Amino acid sequence: MAMTEVAGADVEVDAEGFLVYPEDWNRVLAEEIARENGIPELTPRHWQVVEFMRERYLETGTAPSIRSLGKESGVPIKELYQLFPKGPAKLAAKIGGIPKPRGCI
Amino acid sequence: MKRIVILGGGTGGTMMANRLRRLYDEDEAAITVVDKDDRHVYQPGLLFVPFGLASVDEIVRPRRQQLRSGIDLHVSEIDHVALTEDRVHLVDGSTLPYDVLIVATGVTLRPEETEGLTGPGWRERMFTFYDVPGAEQLARVLDAFDGGRLVVNLIDMPIKCPVAPLEFAFLADWYFAERGIRDRVELTYVTPLDGAFTKPIASERLAGLLAEKGVELVTEFAVGEADGEGGRLVSWDEREVPFDLLVTVPLHEGAPYVGRSEGLGDELAFVPTEPHTLQSLARPNVFALGDATNVPISKAGSVTHFEGEALTENVRRFLAGDELEGSYDGHANCFIETGFGKALLIDFNYETEPLPGRFPNAVGPLPLLKESRLNHLGKLMFQWLYWHALLPGRDIPGISPSMEMSGKERQLEHVSEGGKRRWP
Repeated sequence: MAMTEVAGADVEVDAEGFLVYPEDWNRVLAEEIARENGIPELTPRHWQVVEFMRERYLETGTAPSIRSLGKESGVPIKELYQLFPKGPAKLAAKIGGIPKPRGCI
Repeated sequence: MKRIVILGGGTGGTMMANRLRRLYDEDEAAITVVDKDDRHVYQPGLLFVPFGLASVDEIVRPRRQQLRSGIDLHVSEIDHVALTEDRVHLVDGSTLPYDVLIVATGVTLRPEETEGLTGPGWRERMFTFYDVPGAEQLARVLDAFDGGRLVVNLIDMPIKCPVAPLEFAFLADWYFAERGIRDRVELTYVTPLDGAFTKPIASERLAGLLAEKGVELVTEFAVGEADGEGGRLVSWDEREVPFDLLVTVPLHEGAPYVGRSEGLGDELAFVPTEPHTLQSLARPNVFALGDATNVPISKAGSVTHFEGEALTENVRRFLAGDELEGSYDGHANCFIETGFGKALLIDFNYETEPLPGRFPNAVGPLPLLKESRLNHLGKLMFQWLYWHALLPGRDIPGISPSMEMSGKERQLEHVSEGGKRRWP
């Protein structure tokens, strides 16, 4: 990660704190966003979800829903709610530096 | 002779078959529609059955009767699509080769995917009005209900007609008021969303309506378990909502054969589809429309209708070897029944959320995002238009397939700014 080159620069976020440009993301930033959202430390289980989310988004342009996470991330839904309280898909997206999953009408 | 195979004889399949039959002479293209039965359900009518406002006979007609002459209806379950062979394999043993395949098999309800939902109490005190048997059972159950806690719920998005559970709550308020027992019924609306609806302006107005009608709103409640014996919904994060009667919208997935067709669907059996051309991402000669796709817009009959023009154009272009130019903009349009003979109307697309104003243009006559009698009449009239304009694949006079901004009031106060944060 070319962190030093941009160290000290600002990254853009939307009104709810989601990164506007996924390429601005790095793992230190992820830890920071996690702490601000009530997760003191990202465990390997957290990372499994965050990385799955991010890879899927970069591959397809869409963030997976909670049901897709439950089926495909290797972490069952019950545990997703323990790891990322309230809204696992939303919070994991925020920590993973990808846009808020689009709520389809 | 081109071979066009359409999977599904519902709203999208019927409309596409009729549009394409008009486009091609019988010696230019053979058109086959496949469905598991010959019963076409007017699905918006299911909302009215539980309240005695419609009967099942009125909303079900033979599929064959909705198809123009020169269209073959093949009644069978679908086993799978073999994309590499350009063939559909049917459960009755036959196979259908195609030059173009159109997937229009909508969604399948999956109540068994929610723990406990199909266990004790299913179809006894836990119901859905999203299928014909459920809507009929609810008519009897509501008739006998003389008070208690009625919970209206959707398990998770995406669902067909996302406003329908809200409409159910509004109509329940009206229904019990008419019966003179509204004060004995506690109505609660339980949703996994963070508001009454997905988009901010409509969400705010609809939450206001729920409050006016005395319906309690419980948000961000993602159901992990439905306990029919104990009469409670339990969320993944271990909150509980008690009920005497549960009316829920179960989880949705694409049709089961999509899951059995290698490369056709995603993990929920929806067909990944290019949102503007409606070509599937699986193969250039496979297209999809309506509820079966993964395009980011409501699963609704109006969406399917508005997709029709672009898709017909693209199928024609594909078969002629031309670039696809037909472009669907995500236009959707829904009446929201609010009880007491009134309804709301919303109109939106991929880019523009539902806004207040007038429809179809600045002179109206229908108000947007506002209760009115005229909208209710519009909703009732829509049933006629469904059988006589939408399924035959005709445009509805005065209503363009793409969304019009004229008549809509732009809402600047909702544009919220982002900010910056320090790179660590």
